[in-house]
Amino acid sequence: MALDQSFVGRSYPPTAPYEVGREKIREFAEAVGDTNPAYTDQEAAKALGHPDVIAPPTFVFAITFKAAGLVVEDPQLGLDYSRVVHGDQKFAYTRPVRAGDRLSVTSTIEAIKSMAGNDILDVRGEVHDESGEHVVTAWTKLVARAAEGA
Amino acid sequence: MTAKIAYADVEVGTELPAQSFPVTRATLVQYAGASGDFNPIHWNEKFAVEVGLPDVIAHGMFTMAEAIRVVTDWAGDPGAVVEYGVRFTKPVVVPNDDKGALIEVSAKVAAKLDDQRVRVDLTATSAGQKVLGMSRAVVRLA
Repeated sequence: MALDQSFVGRSYPPTAPYEVGREKIREFAEAVGDTNPAYTDQEAAKALGHPDVIAPPTFVFAITFKAAGLVVEDPQLGLDYSRVVHGDQKFAYTRPVRAGDRLSVTSTIEAIKSMAGNDILDVRGEVHDESGEHVVTAWTKLVARAAEGA
Repeated sequence: MTAKIAYADVEVGTELPAQSFPVTRATLVQYAGASGDFNPIHWNEKFAVEVGLPDVIAHGMFTMAEAIRVVTDWAGDPGAVVEYGVRFTKPVVVPNDDKGALIEVSAKVAAKLDDQRVRVDLTATSAGQKVLGMSRAVVRLA
């Protein structure tokens, strides 16, 4: 069933702050096999002009996707999450995420489309730090594949 | 931001050093834990097959994380990346053996922009299939 177009433009309340930890960044960098010292060595990060270790570019997705759960699980929207695949992902950074950040995400439904029985949902997540400064925006396209026989 | 590559030293067509990233089932379990994405299609073969996949597949975000390493290793400072986007076109299928799969990534400078920025276009393939489409990063160089 096609999703309700009236949800386009809807924003959800900002999430409770997520505190970015040095060891969480290290764990993520190790999981993707990335040995760039900017992720694990404070002195190396400082030499590049960062106040603390920074996170790899895609690290923030864990935070924005959790925030997008507000949208995905909104019973009024009625998305069938069991049929959802990740279509596109994009990030635009004002600055890199770094250890010590307390990040809050505001999710907005940018577009809803229906193509060949698939529901396509574009969600924008604006990520701000504790002082209200913009850090990164994440755009996530989710595709709910048509149910068989639909 | 302190990229080690100078804007003046690159041209449209400049190739970045290509890299290959191996991925096994163990890699996926580790990534699931670090990213918090425990979708069973990334570790449970029975479940993956039941939902119509050929086998366990890598997290799209894992592939996205590997591909940008070609850019961050080149630029030196990962903070030099100002934009990064991909389309997930085909899954990276990861068999249950010692070798797993290989993600091969190449990249080249596609445009020189203002403010010392360049657009880099990435190509990522696995088992001969293009796994990312529209894969582009904007990087601020020195």
